[in-house]
Amino acid sequence: MYAIVRKRELAPHTNLFEFSAKEITVKTKPGQFVILRIDEDGERVPLTIAGANVEKGTITVVCHEVGKSTKQLGRLKEGDFVQDLLGPLGKPAEIRKFGTVLCVGGGVMVAPLHFQAEAFHEAGNTVIGVIGARTESHLIYEDEMRKVCNELHVATDDGSRGYKRMDFLKGLLKAKKVDRAIVMGPVVTMKTVSEFTRPYGIPTVVNLIPIMVDGMGMCGACRVTVGDRMMFACVDGPDFDGHQVDFEELMARLKMFTPQEKLAFVFQEEGGRSQ
Amino acid sequence: MSKPKPKIKKEAVPMPKQDPKERGHNFNEVARGYTEEQAVAEAERCLQCVKAACVNGCPVEVDIPAFIQLVREHKFDEAIRKVKEKNSLPAICGRVCPQEEQCQANCTMGKVGDPVSIGRLERFLADWERERGYEIPQKTASTGKRVAIVGAGPAGLTAAAELIKFGHEVVVFEALHKPGGVLIYGIPEFRLPKKIVEAEAEYIEKLGTTIKMDAMIGRLRTIEELLEKFDAVFIGTGAGLPLFMRIPGENLCGIYSANEFLIRVNLMKAYAFPKSDTPIYVGKKVAVIGGGNVAMDSARCALRLGAEEVKIIYRRSKQEMPARAEEIENAEEEGIVFEFLTNPRRFVGNERGWVKAMECIRMRLGEPDASGRRRPIPIEGSEFTIDVDTVIIAIGRTPNPIIQQTTEGLQVTKWGTIVTDENAETSIEGVYAGGDIVTGEATVISAMGAGKKGARAIHKYLMKSE
Ligand SMILES: Cc1cc2nc3c(=O)[nH]c(=O)nc-3n(C[C@H](O)[C@H](O)[C@H](O)COP(=O)(O)OP(=O)(O)OC[C@H]3O[C@@H](n4cnc5c(N)ncnc54)[C@H](O)[C@@H]3O)c2cc1C
Ligand SMILES: Cc1cc2nc3c(=O)[nH]c(=O)nc-3n(C[C@H](O)[C@H](O)[C@H](O)COP(=O)(O)OP(=O)(O)OC[C@H]3O[C@@H](n4cnc5c(N)ncnc54)[C@H](O)[C@@H]3O)c2cc1C
Ligand code: SF4
Ligand code: SF4
Ligand code: FES
Repeated sequence: MYAIVRKRELAPHTNLFEFSAKEITVKTKPGQFVILRIDEDGERVPLTIAGANVEKGTITVVCHEVGKSTKQLGRLKEGDFVQDLLGPLGKPAEIRKFGTVLCVGGGVMVAPLHFQAEAFHEAGNTVIGVIGARTESHLIYEDEMRKVCNELHVATDDGSRGYKRMDFLKGLLKAKKVDRAIVMGPVVTMKTVSEFTRPYGIPTVVNLIPIMVDGMGMCGACRVTVGDRMMFACVDGPDFDGHQVDFEELMARLKMFTPQEKLAFVFQEEGGRSQ
Repeated sequence: MSKPKPKIKKEAVPMPKQDPKERGHNFNEVARGYTEEQAVAEAERCLQCVKAACVNGCPVEVDIPAFIQLVREHKFDEAIRKVKEKNSLPAICGRVCPQEEQCQANCTMGKVGDPVSIGRLERFLADWERERGYEIPQKTASTGKRVAIVGAGPAGLTAAAELIKFGHEVVVFEALHKPGGVLIYGIPEFRLPKKIVEAEAEYIEKLGTTIKMDAMIGRLRTIEELLEKFDAVFIGTGAGLPLFMRIPGENLCGIYSANEFLIRVNLMKAYAFPKSDTPIYVGKKVAVIGGGNVAMDSARCALRLGAEEVKIIYRRSKQEMPARAEEIENAEEEGIVFEFLTNPRRFVGNERGWVKAMECIRMRLGEPDASGRRRPIPIEGSEFTIDVDTVIIAIGRTPNPIIQQTTEGLQVTKWGTIVTDENAETSIEGVYAGGDIVTGEATVISAMGAGKKGARAIHKYLMKSE
């Protein structure tokens, strides 16, 4: 059992959780994730680690509510427990001095992106941050990002704050020499930004979050095509070369259980199970 | 040694089973187990051979004639103790050992009729005991030595039970949220009820072992770090990495590895969805590729989850199928269709990225290959297409790689298995390994045998360094 020691609402349906998990904090590196299970009947929910505090013995995740399990998590309070927390999983991000690093994050994934941006900053890179969200009220981690970025740009899908969408990046890339790009967020964002950086040959790392079950290489649910190779995102990734990933396939596979998930959701809302 | 009775029945006492029509729709156990009368009647068939060939066929050398004699005498408590001297998980082995290739293959009775149903008798005794509550043996005086075990599959759990009996302190680290390895995540409820696996794991905990769940070694702690806190380490991480066919269309939606399918169904209880949270999709026409236990289990799960037609596609013929004979028979009875000498070539998807058909080719058998089985050769021009909406790929599994990737100095073969010497020791002093991680995919009982052997070697090592 793992206790929630802190919970904060950052945006609508988006919560920060700090879990007491001493052992995990010691090993956590930016880019890794955990898998949690709320209770005995719970599914395994992967969440990217957005921070680790070794002294306090806590790890931070930020979760956006999309379906049954994430909504159930959203209803938990400080002092509540989750049954299982497994991690850190996945390979850590490659953090060293590259020169100028462009860190692009969308939606809830801006939180774990900050964990990486901070590490790139500490490694002596010039960090250009770009954070995006559907609309202004959904922007998270802006102040935190500002602290670790040499410059920060903001974009929203509806233009309610900053640039409208990510198209401005084309200009930015034309004007600046970028040595490495990191993209975390919705698949479309990763795909779009990878297309923008391709003509400049900028090594572009995307953090893939396909559907996962075990998260330890035993099921192959998370398989993605990178170049002409089949990779398991949970053990071979989650970071991959954005110029080689088959994003269309990833998008189709993410929708595989949509009809079933809708059923689980309805079942929950009608009180099929407590919580 | 008692004289065999004058007239011995050639036929084994049949195992009561759930009706095939009914069981195709539920996850309850198929085989119901012997009653006391049936067990004694079956035990009467044993010839009590002086040179008992059956024992040689058992990887852990259960004293078969001795325990069977005790069954005949209705001394079930003594009989189960006899079995447990060698086999700490009899309720499991009695259900899943490929007895026809092991103990029962050598049985003298098999020359004149059916071999004695050794596995069924073991199962009977273990169930008899479990219903009455376990006897927990006295704890051995502590040696003050500590051993870490990585992986709570049959190899790790058996090693734990042995080491505890020697008086060492044992901590098992398991990455999943439940102990049992394949027994809990792979083998389905209808063949091995999960409450049995849970009871056996509980027994091992009651002996004094600590099992730490959600602990993935390699990431949470490395083997090197374990060696700082423990005097020895046993690695039993199994072979769980699924192989794929590497043919076009394999990443279409609706195509699962058998491991994904079975983990969803068994470990995550997707059959109870939406009461349990993990979903599964099973369409109307299901194809399972492969011919082992894993393929049979996947096919029979798919049937129980509502598929209208389930086909097993196997590239060799029935004789070469590696699955347990009893499970092939069960699958046939339940209406699973077998397409022998057939191999898929590619998968065809619809506009939404879902599998809708599978192109196959017919095969013929050539000369025996390295495994001794006749090698399948494609018959060019024999391609044909079948409609499918769900495909389960069960063509094999390779070793879990995390430990190998994160342990410097650990010698590994080109197949990813860990190299050990004849004492189960790896290339790192004090680090031992056994089970599927060393042999590649094998059997429950051979993993247990390896766990036991590793434990003995560790005991020797720890007491020597005294
Ligand atoms: C490695 C990894 C890291 C992740 N990190 C985070 C994180 O830091 N914060 C966060 O909020 N979410 C993260 N996710 C996504 C999160 O795990 C899913 O949103 C969650 O499992 C959905 O569960 P649910 O029952 O609430 O929704 P479901 O009812 O299961 O799904 C609802 C909808 O979400 C989509 N969905 C399902 N699984 C995923 C997935 N793995 N990725 C994206 N969409 C999915 C489905 O297509 C469906 O339409 C991560 C996923 C992975 C694999
Ligand atoms: C579907 C299926 C059906 C089968 N049917 C039969 C049968 O009928 N009869 C039979 O004899 N055999 C059968 N087998 C084979 C048999 O189950 C295996 O040979 C046996 O379980 C191997 O035992 P093991 O202890 O070596 O590994 P496993 O049972 O695989 O256990 C390994 C454990 O280690 C854990 N682990 C892995 N990596 C780590 C890590 N880094 N840190 C911590 N923990 C880790 C895993 O989660 C797992 O729990 C079947 C296998 C499958 C998949
Ligand atoms: S453990 Fe397996 S092989 Fe050995 S006697 Fe029992 S059923 Fe036979
Ligand atoms: S070989 Fe068969 S008949 Fe002989 S002792 Fe063993 S089980 Fe009994
Ligand atoms: S989630 Fe199962 S292999 Fe990656």
